[in-house]
Amino acid sequence: MSTATLAKSEYEQENRSWYKRNEISITPWLFMAPAILFFMVYVIIPIFQSFEISLFEWDGLGAREYIGTDNYVELWDDPAFYTSLRNNLIWLILYLLAIPAGLFIALFLNQTVVGIRLYKSLFFFPFVISQVVVGLVFTWFYDPTFGLFNTVIGWVGLGPINVLGDPTYVTYGIIAAGLWPQTAYCMILYLTGLNAVDPEQIEAARLDGAKGWKMLWYVVVPQLKPATFIAFVVTIIGALRSFDLISVMTNGGPFGESRVLSFYMFEVALSEYGFRMGYGAAIAVVLFLIMLFFIAYFLYSMYRDERGR
Amino acid sequence: MRSILKASAVALVTSAALATGAFADGHKLSGEMKIFLDTSNPAPRATFEGIIAQFDEMHPDLKIETTIIDRDAYKTQIRNFLTANPPDVATWYAGNRMLPYVTTGLFEDVSDLWTGDLAAELASTKTAMTIDGKQWGVPYTYYQWGMYYRKDIFDELGLTVPTNWEEEKANCQKIVDSGRKCYTIGTKFLWTAAGWFDYLNLRTNGYEFHMALTAGKESWTDDRVKKTMANWRELIDMGAFIDDHTAYSWQEAIPFLVDGQATAYLMGNFAVDPIKAAGLTDDQLDFYQFPLITEGIPMAEEAPTDTLHIPSGAANKEAARAFLKFVATPDIQTSMNASLGQLPVNNKASVNTDDKFVKAGFEMLNNASALAQFFDRDAPAEMAKVGMEGFQEFMVRPDNLDQILQRLEKTRERVYK
Repeated sequence: MSTATLAKSEYEQENRSWYKRNEISITPWLFMAPAILFFMVYVIIPIFQSFEISLFEWDGLGAREYIGTDNYVELWDDPAFYTSLRNNLIWLILYLLAIPAGLFIALFLNQTVVGIRLYKSLFFFPFVISQVVVGLVFTWFYDPTFGLFNTVIGWVGLGPINVLGDPTYVTYGIIAAGLWPQTAYCMILYLTGLNAVDPEQIEAARLDGAKGWKMLWYVVVPQLKPATFIAFVVTIIGALRSFDLISVMTNGGPFGESRVLSFYMFEVALSEYGFRMGYGAAIAVVLFLIMLFFIAYFLYSMYRDERGR
Repeated sequence: MRSILKASAVALVTSAALATGAFADGHKLSGEMKIFLDTSNPAPRATFEGIIAQFDEMHPDLKIETTIIDRDAYKTQIRNFLTANPPDVATWYAGNRMLPYVTTGLFEDVSDLWTGDLAAELASTKTAMTIDGKQWGVPYTYYQWGMYYRKDIFDELGLTVPTNWEEEKANCQKIVDSGRKCYTIGTKFLWTAAGWFDYLNLRTNGYEFHMALTAGKESWTDDRVKKTMANWRELIDMGAFIDDHTAYSWQEAIPFLVDGQATAYLMGNFAVDPIKAAGLTDDQLDFYQFPLITEGIPMAEEAPTDTLHIPSGAANKEAARAFLKFVATPDIQTSMNASLGQLPVNNKASVNTDDKFVKAGFEMLNNASALAQFFDRDAPAEMAKVGMEGFQEFMVRPDNLDQILQRLEKTRERVYK
């Protein structure tokens, strides 16, 4: 009898469903499937489609015409493209100012006084309001007739400067507006980071006579490395996809001097006078390659950190 | 509420008058009709709601569904809805602006409506509605462009309305000397600068050259274009335009006129409403035609035409055709344009003579040698964009002219191949 039972149970085991047998390895994939599906449909496949469309001349309505790399050739001597690329670089560099600015505000706010929570939330406020609102507020701030900015520089005998209408200042003016919320974002990252700073190490450093800048640079900042990394990532990405502020504040003007690549792509492909899908896609591809450089770097450093543990 | 009641009362009366005509052909419209409109500003919106209610009343079996889309958003959305979810009737613009939808077969050929009486009544815009010898829509309104100026300041400085370029410049010099600017303008969204270019070019070189240029048949580095720009430059060098105009939209430029910091505004008639709303009265604000520049060139004018079209994918084309026909009738054009404050296209329609701006525009356009649509409707979209950007740059940095014209020429070579 007993042998028979054994045989039966063995038999059953072999006949367990395919899913039951592979449960451990399959389940994670099942959970990830929806995410993978949507990531494919909305991110990965469109990337390849952009590559494809950039080889065509297409107005989005009629027939597509294959023109090879003509769009890229045209991009190569398009002055507007270089203006956008230069502005993108200025954005990338100046936007990074948000990181030290955020750090110093965080250090400043990292103390226990009455009402500190209120001050913290007030400093965080610009990040909560919409970029469109930030853009509008700064547009009025810079307004050459009634703007506060010109009133203030008028007190010291300067101006008036038409910040958003002058090709030399316009990009800097918009970046200043963008830095306001971005600084708040970096600040909040550092505030949480500061909570995790080890008080014992501070104590030890203090015993060894470290203070001021040295304390900050050699003791505090290294411990904030994870926060710095995240701040760096979000700031770089924020700089590269700057679009809403430009759209609201200047619409790319005056005469296209404040455009960045993402705005130029929108203008060429999707705006009122645009609809050159192929050319827009070519700009998108260039922007993607620039981003890819940073993304690869971020992924690599994350991978290195994971392995280091 | 009161205006709605009033409008529907008017609607009832007129529809009663029209009903007999509509039912006479013994045909009842049924089913659904979807109408997409870009008339998002208050006056045009109310106007359209009024006439649609009227049409609805005449055709009780027809269910009308109206969607009103923001005027600027409409310009990009139209491409999506024409291909994906076409309505039965959609608003758009005449001239080259409809070309992309005609060549891709998204607009229905409505030449059959352009026959008999209607063709004669709408004749003034027939060329603007014609592509490949067929008509692709029906116009419902147009409006004039010209100088809206401060009559009280002109009186104060002892100026008279200029009729030629020398007088215009002499006036402007006096205005500048009095510490004001001659013209307000806001070029943030570019097209306002194109209004100046159009008029300067129409007056310097004439309608034929202007049309050939916007159609890509003439070079932008031509000496005639340079002459137009030289005329423009005279004004710029005088300091005729307000400072920092690149920072303002056309609406934001209005306060300069209202405050008296600037004395004139080259604009379309739609600007009258906001200018009056900002505080100027009919005694202070007046209108004059853009003056003659080159002797012997007939006076052509700008008259952008707004139109209705039937998408080729429409489900209820019968109802749509009836609606287009209805909108083109003299009575409807009269009542519509009275409330729009614009000009009816139908020559049997009558103009609201209480409105001095509409009256002046009507007379001016009736005597015009030809009508241009507007730079961004006469030239294809891409050329228009690069062109208008060039004009804006020219107004700020007139020394860059050669560079700008070369850029436009390069765009021309690419766009019109």
